[in-house]
Amino acid sequence: MAIFIDEYSRVIVQGMTGREGRKHTQRMIMSGTRVVGGVTPGKGGESVLFEEDPVPVFNSVAEAMDATRANVSVIFVPPKFAKAAVLEAVEAGIELVVVITEGIPVHDTVEFVAAAKAGGKTRIIGPNCPGLISPGRSNVGIIPAHISGSGRIGLVSKSGTLTYQMMFELRDHGFSTAVGIGGDPVVGTKHIDVLQAFEHDPDTDVIVMIGEIGGDAEERAAAYIQEHISKPVIGYVAGFTAPPGRTMGHAGAIITGSAGTAAAKKEALEAAGVRVGETPSQTAQLVRDTIAELRTRR
Amino acid sequence: MDLLEFQARDLFERFGVPVLPGRVATTVDEALEGYEGLGGGTVVVKAQVRVGGRGKAGGVKLAKSASEVAEVAGQILGMDIKGHTVETVMLSPAAEIADEYYFSILLDRAANGYLAMCSLEGGVEIEQLAEERPEALAKVQIDPAVGIDEATATEILRQAGFEEKDHAKIGLVLRKLWHAFIESDATLVEVNPLVRTGSGYILALDGKVTLDDNAEFRHSDWARYHETAGNVDLEKQARELDLNYVKLDGSVGIIGNGAGLVMSTLDVVAAAGEDLPGQPKPANFLDIGGGASAQVMANGLRIIMSDPQVKSVFVNVFGGITACNEVAHGIVTALEMLGDEAQLPIVVRLDGNSVEVGKAILAEADHPLITVKSTMDEAARTAAQLASKGN
Repeated sequence: MAIFIDEYSRVIVQGMTGREGRKHTQRMIMSGTRVVGGVTPGKGGESVLFEEDPVPVFNSVAEAMDATRANVSVIFVPPKFAKAAVLEAVEAGIELVVVITEGIPVHDTVEFVAAAKAGGKTRIIGPNCPGLISPGRSNVGIIPAHISGSGRIGLVSKSGTLTYQMMFELRDHGFSTAVGIGGDPVVGTKHIDVLQAFEHDPDTDVIVMIGEIGGDAEERAAAYIQEHISKPVIGYVAGFTAPPGRTMGHAGAIITGSAGTAAAKKEALEAAGVRVGETPSQTAQLVRDTIAELRTRR
Repeated sequence: MDLLEFQARDLFERFGVPVLPGRVATTVDEALEGYEGLGGGTVVVKAQVRVGGRGKAGGVKLAKSASEVAEVAGQILGMDIKGHTVETVMLSPAAEIADEYYFSILLDRAANGYLAMCSLEGGVEIEQLAEERPEALAKVQIDPAVGIDEATATEILRQAGFEEKDHAKIGLVLRKLWHAFIESDATLVEVNPLVRTGSGYILALDGKVTLDDNAEFRHSDWARYHETAGNVDLEKQARELDLNYVKLDGSVGIIGNGAGLVMSTLDVVAAAGEDLPGQPKPANFLDIGGGASAQVMANGLRIIMSDPQVKSVFVNVFGGITACNEVAHGIVTALEMLGDEAQLPIVVRLDGNSVEVGKAILAEADHPLITVKSTMDEAARTAAQLASKGN
C-alpha cells in the first residue's frame, strides 16, 4: 500500500526540460518511478531521452493527462512561474501535485492551496519540500533513493536533510513512505494529513514525525495524535537553540513572540504520549525500541 | 524582512492609508531641518528600531522648539535599545488623540489563509491584551479569494465592538491596509495605534510591516530596505556572499546542509557543551544548501573564522543528492584558498552519498586542522570540547 504514491502512480514532471527538472527526472526514473511525461508550454510534441527511453513532452497538464492517464505531477519550475504551474495542474484535476520549488511568495501559495481545496480533487504537497518516496515503488521529488529500502516505518518531516538523516539512521528497518511536507509557513499537506494517512495504511506500523520551530502545526498534530492515532508515534523537534525573531533557513522556521518554540512543541507531543528524541540518533533508537516492543507484544 | 516605522509609514501612504507627515533624520542637523520642514510646533521624535518597547526605553520624546528637537534627537540618536543602536529618528507632528484602536492582518498558517485582528483598545501591547482580555480582541479569518471587502471590514469592526456610525469611515482604512498587505507581499501589517483625532480624523499612527523575502523578485524597490536591515556586520557580509547565515552568541562555528539538519546540529552542539567548562554553544546558523562547492565552503569558513568568538568549527553534511566526495574536496580546497586565514580546528562529519570516497579524500589530505568523526553526536562532542579548551 504505502501512502500517496505507489508502483501504480503515473507521474508527469512540470519543468522537465529545465536543468533541475531533467536531472531529477533521471533520478526518479532510475529509482523505479513511472514517469510518463513532462510538461513545458511551447515544447509539446518533443521528447526527452533518459538513458534509451524517450519521455514525451506536452504543452499542458491537461494534454499530458489525456495522453498518459497521469495522476501525479511534480513541479520543478522557478518561483516566478510556480503559481501558474500549480494552478494549471489543479484545474486539470490531477490527484497529487508535489511542489519542490523553493522561494515561492507565500501569497502565491495561499492562492493555489485555496484553489486546490475549492477544486476538491487535488492534494498538494509542498512547496519548498523534498517530495516523497515509497521505497521500491515510487519516488516523486528529490529524496535520494539509495538511503533506505522499504519497510514498515512511516515518516513525515518539514525538512529535507533531516528526512535523509533519519532514513539513514533507520535504513536497517526501512520505510513504507517518507513524506517531506516542506518548510514554508503555508503548505498544502500538513503533519495531521500525513498522520491520518499512515494510521490507515496497513503497511505502516510505526510513525516518525519530525518538526521544527515556527507556527503551531506540531501542537495541533499532538492533539490529533491523542484523539485519532492508535499506532505508536515517535517525535523529534529541531530548533531548541534558535533565538526568537530570526528565520532559521526555512521561511516558516521562526519563533514569533512566545509561539513556535521547540520546547513547547516537545511538551505538547509528550503530553499526547509521543516519545520525543533529543537528537536524530536518539530518536532513531526510540523507534528501534518501539519496534522491538511491538514484536514482543505480538 | 521587517520594515522600520518610517518605511511602513511611506508604504501606507502609497496605498492611501491616512498617516501623519514624517521626516527622517540620522543626525541632529537633519532633525532640525526636518523640524523646519514640518513647520515647527510640537513634534514627536521617535527612534527607528526593529524592536518593541522603545517608548519605555526613552526612545520616543516630545519636543516643542528647535532647541528641544536638537536636545532630544541628540539623546535618542546612538542610544542602545535592547541591543539595537538607534541610527535613525523620525519626526512627526504631535497628534491630538481622542481614541486609540488596534488593527492587524497576518498570515494564518493553520488555516492556510489570513487573519485580521482588531480591538477598541489600542496603544497597548497586543500580546498582553490577547492574554488578559481575549474578548476585547476580535479575530476574523479572511477568505483569500475575497480579501477585506466592504462586508468583511464591517464584520471585523462589528466584532471588535465599534459603533455602526464608524463602520464606513474606519472600514475604508481597513480596506486600504488590506491592499497594502496583499499588493506589497507582506506577511504582517500591524497598526498600533490606529487613532481617532480630536477633530475626528482616522490615522495610522505607528505601523509594523513584515515583507515576504520570497517575493523580492517582483518588488525592485525593496533593495533600499537592505541598507537599513543591518543586524550584525558578519550577517551583512554573509548576505553579500549569498550565504544563509544567522549570527548567534556561542563559540562553536557551524556549517551544514539543509535548514533542518543545521537547526538540529545547533541543538546537538548546545547539548554536548552543557557539561563542559565555559559551556560552549553554537556561534551561528549556516546552511550551505546543496552543491557545497569549494567556493561556498571557503566563503562559509571565512565568515565563521572571522567571528572572534569562534574557537572551533563543526562541518556537518549529509550527502543526499550532494556527494560527500565533493564536500570533502570543497573543504580541502577551501583550506588551501584560505591559507593562514584558517587557524581554528575543524571537526567534520560526513554521511550518505559517496561517504567512503569523501572520507578517503580527507584522510589523504591529512590536514592538521581537520578531525573526522563518524557520527553527528560524536562530532558535536569533539567540536564542543575543542571550543571549551580554546577558551
